[in-house]
This record gives sequence, C-alpha cells and structure tokens, in this order.
Amino acid sequence: MSIFEYNGSALIAMVGKNCFAIASDRRLGVQLQTIATDFQKIYKVHDKLFLGLSGLATDAQTLYQRLVFRHKLYQLREERDMKPETFANLVSSILYEKRFGPYFCQPVIAGLGDEDKPFICTMDSIGAKELAKDFVVAGTASESLYGACESMFKPDMEPEELFETISQALLSSVDRDCLSGWGGHVYVVTSTEIRERILKGRMD
Amino acid sequence: MSKATIDLPPKGGFSFDLCRRNDMLSKKGARPPSYRKTGTTIVGIIFQDGVILGADTRATEGPIVCDKNCEKIHYMAPNIYCCGAGTAADTEAVTDMVSSQLQLHRYDTGRESRVVTALTFLKRHLFNYQGHVQAALVLGGVDFTGPHLHTIYPHGSTDTLPFATMGSGSLAAMSVFESKYREGLTKDEGINLVSEAICAGIFNDLGSGSNVDICVITKGHKEYLRNHLLPNANVYALKREYTFPKKTEVLLTKITPLREKVEIIEGGDAMEE
Repeated sequence: MSIFEYNGSALIAMVGKNCFAIASDRRLGVQLQTIATDFQKIYKVHDKLFLGLSGLATDAQTLYQRLVFRHKLYQLREERDMKPETFANLVSSILYEKRFGPYFCQPVIAGLGDEDKPFICTMDSIGAKELAKDFVVAGTASESLYGACESMFKPDMEPEELFETISQALLSSVDRDCLSGWGGHVYVVTSTEIRERILKGRMD
Repeated sequence: MSKATIDLPPKGGFSFDLCRRNDMLSKKGARPPSYRKTGTTIVGIIFQDGVILGADTRATEGPIVCDKNCEKIHYMAPNIYCCGAGTAADTEAVTDMVSSQLQLHRYDTGRESRVVTALTFLKRHLFNYQGHVQAALVLGGVDFTGPHLHTIYPHGSTDTLPFATMGSGSLAAMSVFESKYREGLTKDEGINLVSEAICAGIFNDLGSGSNVDICVITKGHKEYLRNHLLPNANVYALKREYTFPKKTEVLLTKITPLREKVEIIEGGDAMEE
C-alpha cells in the first residue's frame, strides 16, 4: 500500500476565461474505512489564492498551517497578499527542504495573478513544480482524472461552463476510485466573487 | 523554559526531521511515493561558433505522463544553460541554487561567469550528497575561453566532451551523434543534428516524448527556441465538444463577493476644523 493511499483524495484545478476552478472530493478514510464525508482539502490562502492538498491528511494539515504562517508573515512585512507564482515557489522550497524525509502531500495551487490572469500549478511531494495552462490533477484518482480532464477540457470557458466541466470530470473520475468520492467541493473564482458549491455524488 | 518549537524561517539546506517518522511508516508497510522524473533525452554539441543544447519535454510520474510540455533547459547565467535529467525536483533545485551562487560570484568578481565555475559548484554539491540528489546534467556555455560542454553525473563525476547525451533516451540520441557528428558544424546543421537526436529519443524511448526544445549559445548571444519542433501535435482530438445539458446536482452554494477596491475621489470635502 502506498502512503498516498492511506487517506485517499482527488483534486483538480482548471483554468477558464479570467477565472479558475478548484475542486476536491470530500472523503477522509483510514485505508478502506471511511471516517468523514465532509473533510476539507481546499484551503483559502487569500481571496485570490487557493491551495488544495492531497495525500496523507495529517501532513496536509501540518503543511497548510506552516504555509498560512509564512503567508501571514509575508503580509505583515510586505503589506500585501502573495502572488500565486511566489506562493508556488514558497511551497516548492518548503517541500524540497524535506527532500530526504518528505511530507506525503501533493499540493495543487490555483490563483489569480497580475491583472486577474488565472494561474494553476501542481507539485510532487518534493516540490517539482508543474505549471500548466489548462488543468492540473492530484490524488489517488489522478490517472482517471488525467483522462477525464484531457477529454472534457476546452480553453477559455466561462465560469458556469467551467463549473460544469470540472464537476463532471471530478465526479466521473472518483466514481472509478474506491478511496475518494462522497460528494465534491468546487470553488469557482473570478475577479469579483468566489462561488463555493457542494456537489451531490455517489456515496459509496 | 520548555523546548520552543517555533517554526522560524529556516536558515537553508535540507531538514531531516521527518525522516524517523517516514522510516517508521515504511516499516509498517506504507511504500514511499515515487517522485516526478524527467525520463528524458538531453543532448549538447559544440559547433563552429558555440554550443547547442537540446531536450525533449515530457515529465513522468511512474508510467503516467504528468506534464506534456515541461522545460528541461534551465538558465544558469546569461552565457550558460544546463539541461537536467533525473528527479525533476532535484534538477530544478540544483540548477536554481547554482544559478544564484553564480550571480553572487559575478557580483564578487565583477566578471562574466565561466562554465567551469558552474561545473565546480554543481559537482561539489552533488558529490557532497553522494548521489542521493539524483540530477544528471548536461552543462553548456560560452565564456571568454571559448565554448564548453560538460556532463555531470548524480554522484559528482564530470566529463568534458564535444557532444554529449544523458537521460533514458541517451543511447538513441548518441547513435545519431556517433554517426553524424563532425567538427565545425554551422548553426543550422547543428540545430538539425540536435533535433534529429532528440527526435530519436522521443520516438524510441518511452521516457521521452512531446516536443523538442533547443538553446543556441554563442559568444555574447543566446537563442532559446522553446518548442522548436512539435512532432506530436494533438490532431486527433474530437471536433465535437463535450456538453452537459443535464446540470450537476448542487447541494449548497455560497457566494462570497470580493471586496471592491477603494475608489479615491479627488477634491472631496475638506475636513472640518
């Protein structure tokens, strides 16, 4: 059993037209037993920057707490929010610092950068950044997620269409994975609002 | 005073504090994760006026392609570039770190960086970690002593060569070089030869794929040809798009409007005394 399969997770981030969407499943399990169906995997760092953490849940929470700490220090010193590219670099360095004893997490970062240009990025557990222009995926369901996103994604989608696409990709992929699912949690962020939606999915 | 465990910003270098826990987890049967590798075919040649570096653009995570268009030619100095194969995090971190070290060195010496300086920084770091930092590099550049091309292995050994290949596709690329390389190639001949070598890797090695990146470095000038060749364009995609007429069922929606930026109105009422 891989350490990533201990808790189970599924995460996607997709880029749309001047907006982005980030979605996760809601299950928290201990190997094959489900212990929570409302577990939060996507965290808001600031209004225009979201972080999703897949993998071992304890490491995800610890890593999130360290990152929020560093971001708050940054806000105090610089008197502004961190740009998504800078935040991605910060996450990458914190993960690489633990190169020989890593956090068992795969982060997915999504944000609106300068002039509200959407930015998404994912990393492996030691901080190798992958910047994509279309979508990024992470979690135990990642192989199905790659397939679903590859076929369903279109460039320049409006927020409503982006929501539909990311939800369908997430739900169809987690249906093929035992360790993730039990609904979905989707955030669609534009420059004027954040829409948080909870999806109804198969509860098995 | 109890032991303070304040998470101060670290002073740099690796931190080993999770190693004991991770060891305990693997003894309990939890396999450690596989890291993103760059599979890869990376090559370099010395031509008439300088150095040409080439790389494919596929990044793999086990058998799955996680990035179809990643960048493997890393900037080290205005006149030096480095291609990286091996664990992606290691190649990125090592080239970033040495690039910063070279910049500081340039400030110290007031001169353009030499390729052997970059070489020494890299090999010292890699040897120091006895091969655990898995980065295999092809380093090329032109300084005032002329064009240089080196290969650096994960354990810290280096070679100086007129043409070099590294990565899982290195044998495919080397076969092209061994048959077609000669001294004194022109720029176009060099670019064609490098493209052919990378294509040999892309089509014959499973760990390499997608597009060809090229970087041409000559005295005082560099040309980074990102996606110079796209031999694997996606031409088979469905023209008919996915549409979802039946909407996804939503249980709960929460809308948070983002704060409007404060508008500054010039010439407002003066403050009352």
